[in-house]
Amino acid sequence: MTEPDARGYFGAFGGRFVPEVLVAALTELEAGMKEAFADSTFWDAYHAMLRDFVGRPSPLMEATRFTGDDGAAAVLFKREDLNHTGAHKINNTVGQGLLAARMGKKRIIAETGAGQHGVATATIGAKLGIPVDVYMGALDVERQSLNVHVMRLLGATVHAVHSGTRTLKDATNEAFREWAACSDETFYVIGSVVGAHPYPYMVREFQKVIGVEARAQMLERYGRLPSDVVACVGGGSNALGIFAAFAADPDVRLWGVEAAGLGLEASDTAASLGAGSVGILHGSRSYLLQTPEGQVRNTHSISAGLDYPGVGPEHAYLKECGRAEYVAVTDDQALAAFHRCAAREGIVPALESAHALAFAQSLAGERGAGGCVLVNLSGRGDKDVGQVRQRPRNGMETRASR
Amino acid sequence: MTGSVQTETARSGVAAIANVFSRVREAQRGALIAYLCAGDPNLPTTEALLIALGEVGADLVELGIPYGDPLADGPTIASAAQRALAGGTTLEATLACAARARLRGAPPILAFTYVNPVARYGVERFADALVAAGLCGAIVPDIPFEETDALRVAFAARGLALPLLIAPSTPQPRAAAIASRSTGFTYLVSRLGVTGARREPDFAWLAKRAAALRTINATPLAVGFGISTAQHVHQACAIADGAIVGSALIDAYAGAHVTQVVARVRAIAGELSAATSRPAQ
Repeated sequence: MTEPDARGYFGAFGGRFVPEVLVAALTELEAGMKEAFADSTFWDAYHAMLRDFVGRPSPLMEATRFTGDDGAAAVLFKREDLNHTGAHKINNTVGQGLLAARMGKKRIIAETGAGQHGVATATIGAKLGIPVDVYMGALDVERQSLNVHVMRLLGATVHAVHSGTRTLKDATNEAFREWAACSDETFYVIGSVVGAHPYPYMVREFQKVIGVEARAQMLERYGRLPSDVVACVGGGSNALGIFAAFAADPDVRLWGVEAAGLGLEASDTAASLGAGSVGILHGSRSYLLQTPEGQVRNTHSISAGLDYPGVGPEHAYLKECGRAEYVAVTDDQALAAFHRCAAREGIVPALESAHALAFAQSLAGERGAGGCVLVNLSGRGDKDVGQVRQRPRNGMETRASR
Repeated sequence: MTGSVQTETARSGVAAIANVFSRVREAQRGALIAYLCAGDPNLPTTEALLIALGEVGADLVELGIPYGDPLADGPTIASAAQRALAGGTTLEATLACAARARLRGAPPILAFTYVNPVARYGVERFADALVAAGLCGAIVPDIPFEETDALRVAFAARGLALPLLIAPSTPQPRAAAIASRSTGFTYLVSRLGVTGARREPDFAWLAKRAAALRTINATPLAVGFGISTAQHVHQACAIADGAIVGSALIDAYAGAHVTQVVARVRAIAGELSAATSRPAQ
């Protein structure tokens, strides 16, 4: 996988577009990260915690009934949904939490959208004994009250952010502002491969364990690599986590699946790479859903975790250089895949992951027998059951087809 | 080139700002630099405010181009930007408003804008638009100096000022590098955090930093972020060449009826201006 250059760029994307007040904090973080990454005892502690606290390695599972088509390619699930707290997010918060402790920080802050990263951060804060403040858009606090409650149970303080659209992007703005005021004692745990350098690189390194495990599991069990790797992309951390281990395998195609919302042509979308243009948000240059005036656009996705106007800069780079391909899946297609996975594989997936599943199904049909599609099942769907229940069942998946 | 472009090039933005600082120095005081968010509550009021600020003693105005994700701003300015955007305020309408106010006698104006709208508009095109509108330059608060190359080249070619920011967390060698690239003035951020009155400025730090920067070059120093009272302005002007006040002006009128806005800002800006005098050296 590409390393960013000294200024934090992956090709033309990334960098460090922050107010001067944050430069010293990022410089200190970068130095602390480099020092930790070069120390094998840091990685030993990280892997021990992933084993004992998170439950890694996560299984690789054959989804034998998912496509229901004997002529389709094999589909395999990397089961990140089985991690402690129910998603891949914890891989990253374990890493950043251990780094915060190592750097002597007294407090952790985090932004969260649906609450998954907030819960994963509150979890590691409780485990390490470091107080956590979570910034969450006021609208999301209302929509995701269960996760708010879980964060509070874990001892975190949840701050409702009332500015702007009152969602994830505004919570991220507020976390950056808070960090600007007290970075000497505070560690900011960003939840995806976004933000100013070194965050996109650091978060990828903490998520790389997904791909490293999956690649070894493939070779050990099947003696081959997958033909395709599929993952959903909001900010893009679960996708880069699994892509990273396969980037040097030229025959493995990498697919990022964005949330098209109501459709790529509609204004209600969250597909930054598919429908956006190059811009600067939250500290890096990448693709962005923006108006002709350069204002950040409102986004829409059925999946709160993909409902973000930006995308990690390394994805922009992988798109431009062609190493990864990006597609988009609508709310309805994701919902159909959600039901299909539940009914045919016995797994209620996160709506985020359901976007990857929807594309994987059509890709498996296209590849045909002999192909092998590896899907990063990035999270479980307990959090989404209430929302899905409120929607009319999509007609694409009926009882008769089971 | 249009006539207005030639006129403004003849007397560049950098020269206009230098003139402001030499004038206040002669008067043994600091400069009062007022921040306004364009389009809050509406552009005609912004135009009236620009002129009124000059009448009550503001020496320079930073005119904020409203942005929906203002990372360097606290709740006061962020809310003002939201109101302005809701009213449909755009970059071009902001510059047109500034141009009209300049023709009607407003003090020299700098744009204050986040980087993404400028990147989207095009750096060269933005610089041309500033010149055409008769503005002196721009402050872009969400990029460090390493990312200012394109702006500095475009601005230098047109005589526009690009004041750069130094924070309390900026190590001195880096501060020296920033000061040597800053044009118009160097913007000293008074304390950690964002704009607004949430925390007190750190004047002890400011005095030390100002003294260190004076040894590097003669670019004027202005203090901003959290400067909200006449006492703050007085202290800032004792240390530096100017004080920047933003959120306090907006707080003075936020919530007031639109007809009251100019009177309220006039009153507070007058008080702040009176506090810029400096003890004779």
